[in-house]
Amino acid sequence: MISKLINRKVLTLLKVQYSNMLEYRVEIALWAISGIIPFFMLNIWTNNNLNESINISDIMLSRYFLCAFFVRQFSVVWVVFSFEEDSLMGKVSPYLIQPLNPFFRYFAQHLAEQITRFPFALIIVFFFFIFNPESIWIPNLGILFLSIVSTFLSFLIQFLIQSIVACLCFWTEKASSIERLLFIPTLFLSGLLAPVVSFPEYVKSWIYLTPFPYLIDFPANLLSGNEANISGGLSMQILWIFLLFPLFKKIWSEGTKKYTAMGS
Amino acid sequence: MAQNIIDVRNLSKSFDISSKEPGLKGTIKHFFRRQTKSLKVIKDLSFEIKEGEIVGFLGANGAGKTTILKMLCGLIYPSEGSILVSGYLPFRRKENFLKNITLIMGQKQQLIWDLPPIESFYLNASIYDLDKFEAKKRIKKLSEMLEIDEELFIPVRKLSLGQRMKSELLAALIHEPNILFLDEPTLGLDINAQRNLRKFLQKYNKETNSTICLTSHYMKDITSLCKRVICVHEGRISYDGKLDLLLKKLSPVKEILIVCRSEEDVIKLENSGFSVKNKNKNEITINVENNSITSSLKTILNNFDIEDLFINEPPIDEIIGRVLIKKDYDI
Repeated sequence: MISKLINRKVLTLLKVQYSNMLEYRVEIALWAISGIIPFFMLNIWTNNNLNESINISDIMLSRYFLCAFFVRQFSVVWVVFSFEEDSLMGKVSPYLIQPLNPFFRYFAQHLAEQITRFPFALIIVFFFFIFNPESIWIPNLGILFLSIVSTFLSFLIQFLIQSIVACLCFWTEKASSIERLLFIPTLFLSGLLAPVVSFPEYVKSWIYLTPFPYLIDFPANLLSGNEANISGGLSMQILWIFLLFPLFKKIWSEGTKKYTAMGS
Repeated sequence: MAQNIIDVRNLSKSFDISSKEPGLKGTIKHFFRRQTKSLKVIKDLSFEIKEGEIVGFLGANGAGKTTILKMLCGLIYPSEGSILVSGYLPFRRKENFLKNITLIMGQKQQLIWDLPPIESFYLNASIYDLDKFEAKKRIKKLSEMLEIDEELFIPVRKLSLGQRMKSELLAALIHEPNILFLDEPTLGLDINAQRNLRKFLQKYNKETNSTICLTSHYMKDITSLCKRVICVHEGRISYDGKLDLLLKKLSPVKEILIVCRSEEDVIKLENSGFSVKNKNKNEITINVENNSITSSLKTILNNFDIEDLFINEPPIDEIIGRVLIKKDYDI
């Protein structure tokens, strides 16, 4: 019953946010295009034959960076910026006295944006294959399904991390500056610039204990058919969600006590 | 006998405020050693509000009116004291409590900017667990009361401020709350829009017996809606009681402007014991105590050759303005 009601709320939120996102379709297309860092990285890697040092063929590497692009398209999170702005402008106040946690709104916004982004991402993939026909492959259905699950889990991890940082708005008005600190390890350790397998062995063992490689590297390896520990990766993603969710709940409950409703 | 729906006891609220001296020296000092002090903005307030009452909170800017409303609706946490609203501790934000209240802040909007208001209404309806049929019924009823129709289907960004405010009200009332917290609801609206909003609130209160707590700097909002006012001065209650009693006490006289047919009558009037405020050719303004208006008018009409006369109420803004700068009003 409860889950039915939540589903109805979330579904309505999703429908409304999707209509809202369609108003911004041009911006979303531009955001999709702006996420092409992995293609630049692919170019750097292949032009310098760096892939030879990690025993990955050109084709597998290009598939990896294409998947990194695709995973990134569906796991990008900006909740800290939205929440910070809403909090500073006093927009959070009406949401706080509604019987639905305001983060559901942001969650629906992100999902709606991903749905809107999907066709643009497909177009970019299409052009990638035109220029790199040797990279075309069709993953088997099981792997495709697990990759979708893993990408969604990656989105959940990032959403929870950013939501925790966003809640710091209750203590410091500029929580986005803390998010900037997280951006550096996210950029270097997530697999966006280089597959984690390219890191030295002793660094790798530490990286795998953090949530970062499960954001892009693991789902991208899984989807591209590179070597990936499927059960280990999925377990780590679920573990991180289980660790982050109670932390978010705690920080949210403490933070709302500090809320001063400024700007309203 | 109506029951207390809001019960506030010894309520206080403090905020930590950081201060900075001006200039470069102050900036550097502020960077290394931030000075914060605790500022008590609400001090030991106690009051009750009965079901169905419309209560106006009056006070100068920064007096603490909005902070009180924010604590009553559970938006901010009180530092000391207790609040019970409809039997709930507001800050716990229990679902049943939240379904019972609404907060409307002038100029602050919850409608989705790029979509027509109808989308936000259906969204709110689902948040408050209303089915589509019920939501449709309520949207129809409220839009008729608020006299909005086509506006429901126009993107919010294209609506005028008045249309937007009406839509905000509809979004905030779709769950039919029993308690309305309104913070400057008519802010920025033109005179007609203000009047329509007041009419709507009166009607809503009458039809649903809802309790309304209101802050406004427009005295007309207060005088036409609230029988009771709570005046707040520097975080303390300076007056809590009937508005008309306050006005009577503070302004025990009315002004009567008398237009005489001749200047002789003006002189006669001046010498007949009335308290004269001013005179000009064949016009004279006198102050008459509220309880002797009828007898004074009889005397004037029977004994003087009068062309016209006007009874003026004292300007209410001026009277209330006097209340807002005083600490205490015992009536």
